[in-house]
Amino acid sequence: MTSKRPLLIPSPRTPNTQHLPALPVYSDIANPTSGGTGLFSGMDSRNPAAADNSINVELPTFKSSPQRSISSSQRSVSSSQGSVVEPPTFKSSSQRSVSSSRRSVVEPPTFKSSSQGSVVEPPTFKSSSQRSVSSLQSKASGNNSVRESISSLQSKNSGNNSVREVSFGDLESKPVRYGSRGADSEALSLSQKDLNEEDARVVYIDDLAKTNERFEYSGNSIRTAKYSVFTFLPRNLFEQFHRVAYIYFLVIAVLNQLPQLAVFGRGVSILPLAFVLLVTAVKDGFEDYRRHRSDRIENNRLASVLVGNQFHPKKWKDVRVGEIIKIQASEAIPCDMVLLSTSDPTGVAYVQTINLDGESNLKTRYAKQETLSKMPDKEKITGLIKCENPNRNIYGFHAFMEIDGKRLSLGPSNIILRGCELKNTHWVIGVAVYVGRETKVMLNSSGAPSKRSRLETRMNFEIILLSGFLVALCTVVSFCAAVWLRHNNDELDDILFYRKQDYSKGKVDDYNYYGWGLEILFTFLMSVIVFQIMIPISLYISMELVRVGQAYFMIRDGQMYDESSDSRFQCRALNINEDLGQIKYVFSDKTGTLTENKMEFQCASIWGVDYNGGRSSPEQVGYSVEVDGKILRPKMKVKADPDLQQLLRSGKDTNEGKHVYEFFLALAACNTIVPLVVDTSDPNGGLLDYQGESPDEQALVYAAAAYGFMLIERTSGHIVIDIQGDRQRFNVLGLHEFDSDRKRMSVILGCPDKTIKVFVKGADTTMFSVIDKRLNLDIIRATEAHIHAYSSLGLRTLVVGMRELSATKFEQWHSSFEEASTALIGRAALLRKVAGTIENNLIILGASGIEDKLQLGVPEAIDSLRTAGVQVWVLTGDKQETAISIGYSSKLLTRRMTQIIINSSSRDSCRRSLEDAILMSRKLMTVSADTQTDRGSSGHGGTQVALIIDGTSLVYILDSELEEKLFELASYCTVVLCCRVAPLQKAGIVALVKNRTADMTLAIGDGANDVSMIQMADVGVGISGQEGRQAVMSSDFAMGQFRFLVPLLLVHGHWNYQRMGYMILYNFYRNAVFVLILFWYVLFTCFSLTTAITDWSSMLYSIIYTAVPTIVVGILDKDLSRRTLLDYPQLYGAGQRQECYNSKLFWLTVVDTFWQSLAVFFIPLFAYWGSSIDRSSIGDLWTLAVVILVNLHLAMDVIRWNWITHAAIWGSIIATWICVFVIDAIPSLVGYWAIFHVIKTASFWLCLLAIIIAAMAPRFVVKFLYQYYRPSDVQIARELEKFGNPSASRPAQIEMNAILDLPRR
Amino acid sequence: MSSNTAPSSSGGAGSADATSTRRHSKRPKYSRFTQQELPACKPILTPRWVISAFMLVSIVFIPIGVASLFASRDVVEIIDRYETDCIPTTNRTDKVRFIQSPGPKKCNRTLKVSKRMKQPIYVYYQLDNFYQNHRRYVKSRSDQQLKDPKSESDVDACKPEDMANGLPIVPCGLIAWSLFNDTYSFSRNKQQLTVNKKDISWKSDREHKFGKNVFPKNFQNGSLKGGATLNTSKPLSEQEDLIVWMRTAALPTFRKLYGKIEVDLEENDTIEVILDNNYNTYSFSGKKKLVLSTTSWIGGRNDFLGIAYLTVGGLCFFLAMAFTVVYLVKPRQLGDPSYLSWNRNPGGH
Repeated sequence: MTSKRPLLIPSPRTPNTQHLPALPVYSDIANPTSGGTGLFSGMDSRNPAAADNSINVELPTFKSSPQRSISSSQRSVSSSQGSVVEPPTFKSSSQRSVSSSRRSVVEPPTFKSSSQGSVVEPPTFKSSSQRSVSSLQSKASGNNSVRESISSLQSKNSGNNSVREVSFGDLESKPVRYGSRGADSEALSLSQKDLNEEDARVVYIDDLAKTNERFEYSGNSIRTAKYSVFTFLPRNLFEQFHRVAYIYFLVIAVLNQLPQLAVFGRGVSILPLAFVLLVTAVKDGFEDYRRHRSDRIENNRLASVLVGNQFHPKKWKDVRVGEIIKIQASEAIPCDMVLLSTSDPTGVAYVQTINLDGESNLKTRYAKQETLSKMPDKEKITGLIKCENPNRNIYGFHAFMEIDGKRLSLGPSNIILRGCELKNTHWVIGVAVYVGRETKVMLNSSGAPSKRSRLETRMNFEIILLSGFLVALCTVVSFCAAVWLRHNNDELDDILFYRKQDYSKGKVDDYNYYGWGLEILFTFLMSVIVFQIMIPISLYISMELVRVGQAYFMIRDGQMYDESSDSRFQCRALNINEDLGQIKYVFSDKTGTLTENKMEFQCASIWGVDYNGGRSSPEQVGYSVEVDGKILRPKMKVKADPDLQQLLRSGKDTNEGKHVYEFFLALAACNTIVPLVVDTSDPNGGLLDYQGESPDEQALVYAAAAYGFMLIERTSGHIVIDIQGDRQRFNVLGLHEFDSDRKRMSVILGCPDKTIKVFVKGADTTMFSVIDKRLNLDIIRATEAHIHAYSSLGLRTLVVGMRELSATKFEQWHSSFEEASTALIGRAALLRKVAGTIENNLIILGASGIEDKLQLGVPEAIDSLRTAGVQVWVLTGDKQETAISIGYSSKLLTRRMTQIIINSSSRDSCRRSLEDAILMSRKLMTVSADTQTDRGSSGHGGTQVALIIDGTSLVYILDSELEEKLFELASYCTVVLCCRVAPLQKAGIVALVKNRTADMTLAIGDGANDVSMIQMADVGVGISGQEGRQAVMSSDFAMGQFRFLVPLLLVHGHWNYQRMGYMILYNFYRNAVFVLILFWYVLFTCFSLTTAITDWSSMLYSIIYTAVPTIVVGILDKDLSRRTLLDYPQLYGAGQRQECYNSKLFWLTVVDTFWQSLAVFFIPLFAYWGSSIDRSSIGDLWTLAVVILVNLHLAMDVIRWNWITHAAIWGSIIATWICVFVIDAIPSLVGYWAIFHVIKTASFWLCLLAIIIAAMAPRFVVKFLYQYYRPSDVQIARELEKFGNPSASRPAQIEMNAILDLPRR
Repeated sequence: MSSNTAPSSSGGAGSADATSTRRHSKRPKYSRFTQQELPACKPILTPRWVISAFMLVSIVFIPIGVASLFASRDVVEIIDRYETDCIPTTNRTDKVRFIQSPGPKKCNRTLKVSKRMKQPIYVYYQLDNFYQNHRRYVKSRSDQQLKDPKSESDVDACKPEDMANGLPIVPCGLIAWSLFNDTYSFSRNKQQLTVNKKDISWKSDREHKFGKNVFPKNFQNGSLKGGATLNTSKPLSEQEDLIVWMRTAALPTFRKLYGKIEVDLEENDTIEVILDNNYNTYSFSGKKKLVLSTTSWIGGRNDFLGIAYLTVGGLCFFLAMAFTVVYLVKPRQLGDPSYLSWNRNPGGH
């Protein structure tokens, strides 16, 4: 649940009060009505700021809970991290509301100490803001975000509190469930409130009939396919006919079926449309078939379901709500289920949620203590689970379980979700609560909208314009025809070429004449049919073909081949190639996209000495140990620093050696890593795989192993570490798990030498405050300096400290730990407090630098994209520090940037933060604008603003009026980093931008958590990494590495956009010129819609005569070379500015078309006026003239002439000649032999030459003048390519070659 | 991370070979085609290039224009418009009634030869405002029937002249029905001038479009007579007037070849024409003209092409000059990076 995430970085506006001592006075200020202050002393106070951010927990109001009656007066708004304690003296609800609102003053989001149990509030807050915030909070609390206060004073109402009950016994012998994390999460679940009847679903465990008694729950089968056999045809046709043009063509085809209007043959008029429809339908059908197949595979997977007293395999699709399911290790989880028991005696289960949130580490889930011992195959379990209705919040779950008369509350840590995989746990047993499409993962996969490229959308608009032209032409024709008919009405019977009346039958009858009005209508409709290619159907076919061709080249691009995963670029959507050239925003996932999600230990600062030689020495030291006759090596090798190794070998006699020893012991011990032995092919060998939730810890343990501190075994009570070949057993006396509040963890070890040591590791921000500054100040300084150096390298740093514990001190701690861990309420807070008592006065040991390995070329790629004018937003589920450190290492953030961090926890504070930030960034913008004008030409100078915002704040911002503000703010920022965002929030952010600008958005990600974002964005790119296929499956393009985005956008995107933009304009021109020629002729035929150009030529015009060159040019033409495009990323701006297709170009084309059609038509008309030329001959002349003209027009615009282009263009012209010859050699056609007669005349050739020169000249002149005097960037770059002096230019582009050359390893 | 990003500086075209040994690799095979690196020429419109192109055009066009103007002027044409003059003045109020009335409508015309005309002299009749390209009209024919006696009844397309008296018409259709039926006979100094009516039609039409064994049948037997009647004993392939007429004109003002006079006509010769004015163009106020014309390499007399060529050539010359001036006055260095938008206005775009 995002809401429970701590707010780690202070919002810039909140005063830093984290070190304020506990002053009762403050609590008084905050809570003036709260009676005596005495009650507060020693109480734990938490930050209510975190309290109201629990949007995800959807809960009814707390009206009806019987259990609450006792505690109602004690309820308060509390946070996940703890509770605000109200005096128990309150009785009346009105008082309560006042007090709770008073209490819920926003505290600084940063807080450190859990040990000091007092209300800490900033004295600077004004009361007005307090009230506004608090009123909002109390309102919110009514709905969903009241947390039950937990305090030791309130142990009365423990019965229904949600603390996990764990029996802590003898520390050494009994398994211990450590830490406060679990308790933390459960503190959130609003256990004491009942779920509203209508909002809840009741699941009777193992009682399907009763479960389904009232509700009809769906089965577990899922369906991602769009069509079934029966719905395919209508649905697919329906979808296809969303294209305006298709409807148009359908209408035309239908019109042509009417006998009065039949201009062309009936079949012929339908053929093109039918062809396009068929091709698309086959393609769609095939895609859907693949979805069907994957659905079927998914639905037919087997799960082990309890039937009677035994677990039987059952297909996934048959799993029902309420069934008890047993999952074995490494099995996928078929539906969302509440855990009952696990193979682990403490009820822990590890799941991998990579498909859900993209995090590859293991998550712990817990079975309830009460159900742990139940074996459903041995004894029947009866009970019920009452849970909230299905929702898409994957981090939230709220339910009760009633079992054996006891009522247990369930939280998100008690449920395992479909899409996860069970790991490191032999089996779990659980009850299905949500199945099929009601599972959270299915609810989270929002349906894939079919995408249409921006260019095509625009084009559809222009097509509407063209239809306007078409209607105008037809209107002109029918109007003129009407006038003519009117004018000659009396003579119609006699006019030799009209002969209205038919005398051949007995009675005199009108022949083919339906009266004036109908004639006009028919003329109109016929002219629509004759001029139909004004709207180019061939364009749709050409576009499909061009996209296939472009996709072919993208797939074949050697620079986008990923060697590590042996994967090519994949083009999954063929509709949006050209969108790649217009991207303005890139939304990137972090884990797995920017980074490889592999943490690697890089360097350490131990006792003030920086050891980072490991990076330069390639020496791979493989320590190994022998366990049970097997030689075990760590799975991952880490480069080791030779100095450090030397130091370690020399033993721990020296002061230095001692500290190094302690440091690595801390690394090996202070964690929750579970070592697993993985068998290898070598029967005597094995690999030690360190499994754990935190990849950082894994990295540290691997590092320790590399230096000879190999963690071999971990049980609840002890760990075994092989230290330089010497196996030692340490008793784990206590362990304070990491929590995001303290941001550190500690372990208490009973060492073999009978000393008790506390090892603490944590984030520098919190560690330095618990380190004893009186000792070793210079060491601390040095370490701090090193940490700074590391983090500026983008390394993730952790500080390690230790202290020795005296026996008495340990006893003291132990008893309080015991007490805290058995406490039923507020255990988390208590444990935190206990941890606080021991995590202080530490001796600093050192710090480690871990690299969250960026993928190859990411910083360069980001830099390149930024230069190209693409805004890169990073949306990650990770925590803020991680995100920021990756931001630095990926060059997304630079030290010069001003960071705006928004961590707000209420709508109001969000609004204020946003407004402040907007003001600030505006100020910065104006300042930087000023400085920029002074500084001259250094590109992006001045202050850049980076916005860092977390998921909690986004909860308040998205879907509210604050969106507008966020968007405004974001538009000032060069970088936006969103941390802790849930999958749907990612989509929300994308939508935020997408809906507000006309700019194109691209989302790139690798995990299932990115699916919604990928689908939301205009272009979705999936990283086909090692983990999961969901992102790829939902993406439009898939590739192996983030850096391929650069060639994809800058090179292929640019090309595709330029090609497609030109192709569309050209196709408009090509068809319009032809239609206009037909139109002009109609004006000389009594408006009777005769064409001089034969029907065959009309049909072949856009199929044979002119189609191939535009397709070839659309696939192959390159305005600039790859190298130039990569050298000058700014050239990408051509697409963003829509330089290749815009209304100006469109209208220019229209004017040009008009002129060219005039030239083509009227030159022969005047030349042959009053001559004996026949219709076929002049028709052939027009045909040839227009075909040669449009092909030369294309030739004039071709930028790169390779042999294929030559072949296509000249070949088309030749083919046209041949076709004309062939058509005129068919005796049954009217125009028999016409061409052979006409080419013998000189005037034919003179006309042809004159037409071509006269028609092309204006365009040529304009083109030249424009290119020469108003050159675009692309034009300049082209000239540079051809004439440029390579040594003189490109001073700053050298490093860009990195990207260019990288893939050619 | 820096260790990973070290680029291989070679980057040459062949460096893909290094890993190509890997089996079953999906790495795209390198070829210049797939990498879109085919050798290509990249023409750029440089001023020099453009100016020479325009110069070339003007150099080609102006002579052609001059030549075709001369050729056109060499053509001697005698045009006599007669459709009104050939109606007796008494009947001019209702020309249609007159033309539809039975009986011979002879008319005498005198033509004066203004310039010497070398044989062959082509005799045309020119119709104005006659839409031989009207949709109703051009569709009303049956090419099968014209070619093949077996397709005699293939007259569906011929409406409304498909059947007469219950029998198919050969040749059917409006086009044949409206066959031009004015006739001319020429005499010079009381001496008959023979008009050769052979080979006035296209050979291809005679041989392949009009059947040698298709004879006119039931033609002009309908209640309304459109035009000429045909000699039923001659096959269609020999009915050259029909063949010429059936090759429908493209434009509403057109000439059809009537015949050829194969003697030279001297200047100031007077030619008497006796014509039968039968054809009804009066109902749509069409003009009828008799044309005698010589020919040249450019065809008939038409100045348009010559003028067009001169105009285009002149304009191109002008443009070439203008570009030269502009180029000299305000040159731009090609490929100068300082023109790039991000170099022009730093910081903002």
